[in-house]
Amino acid sequence: MYTMPIERGKIREFALATHNDHPDHQGEDAVAPPTFLTIAGLAWEPADESPLAELGFDLERVLHGEEEYVIHGHLPRAGTVVTVEARVAERFEKDGRRGGRLRFAVIVREFRDDAGDLIAEQRTTVVETAHAPEKT
Amino acid sequence: MNHAATDLTPLPSPGEELQPRTYGPLTRTDIVRYAGASGDFNPIHHDEPFATAAGFPTVFSIGMYQAGILAGYVVEQFGAATVRRFTVRFQEPVYPGDELTCQARITTVASAHDRHRLEVELEGRRQTGGLAVTGTAVFELPE
Repeated sequence: MYTMPIERGKIREFALATHNDHPDHQGEDAVAPPTFLTIAGLAWEPADESPLAELGFDLERVLHGEEEYVIHGHLPRAGTVVTVEARVAERFEKDGRRGGRLRFAVIVREFRDDAGDLIAEQRTTVVETAHAPEKT
Repeated sequence: MNHAATDLTPLPSPGEELQPRTYGPLTRTDIVRYAGASGDFNPIHHDEPFATAAGFPTVFSIGMYQAGILAGYVVEQFGAATVRRFTVRFQEPVYPGDELTCQARITTVASAHDRHRLEVELEGRRQTGGLAVTGTAVFELPE
C-alpha cells in the first residue's frame, strides 16, 4: 500500500502532454484526466510492491494489451491524496498465432480516498509474447 | 477550442457519431513530453539507437500516450466529471509523424431518475487507416 498526491501542476502537465486543453484540468480544484492514475504505478509504486516485477516476465517481450479505468463517483481533484493497492488479479495463457505461448497478466490497482472509500480502479493487461516483438 | 457545457438537449441517440478530432502530426518531442508527464522512461520510446538496436525502425510511441489523447477526446464531449469508465485496447503502434484521428459512436443511452448513462465506442485511427487504439467510455450525465 502506498500513497500518491493528486497535484494541480502534474494534472496540468499531463493534460497538456495529452493535447487536452479542457478547463476542467486547470485551476486549484483541477480534475485529473481519465488516464492520469497511470502515474501511480510508474512514479509512486515502491519496487517491492510492483506486480510486474512479481510476475517475472521477460520485460523485453512484454506488450501492453489493454487498460481500463473505472471511476466511482468522479475523477479525483487536485489536493486529494489517494492510497493505492496493486496486485496481480489474473494470469492466463494462450497459444500464439506464430507458435509458442502467450502469457497474460491483469494487474489491478485500487485507489482510495482519505475516508478509505474506493474512488477508482485501474486494470492493466500485459502480454509476454512467445518471441521478441515483431519488428515492422 | 469550444468546450461544450453539459447542455445536452437533445440527448445523443444510439448510433450517433460524435465529431471526430485529429491530433498531430505527433512528434518525438510530444512522446518525450508524455514520458515526463507520466513517468514512463522506457528508452524504446525516445532513444533512437536503443530502439534500432532492438530491431525497430525507429522509436515508437508509448501506448498510454495515444490512450491519453483518446481520453482527452472523451473529456471534450461532456466534461471530466461525467466520465465513469474508460477502456482502451492497443492494436498497432504509433510512430513519430503519425496523426491520430479520434472518433466516438454512441452505443447505448439509458435514463433513470435524475441521470443519463451513455456508452460510446471509441477509435483512434492513424493516417495510414490503421487502428492504433480501440476502446469504450461510459458517461453519467445529470438531468
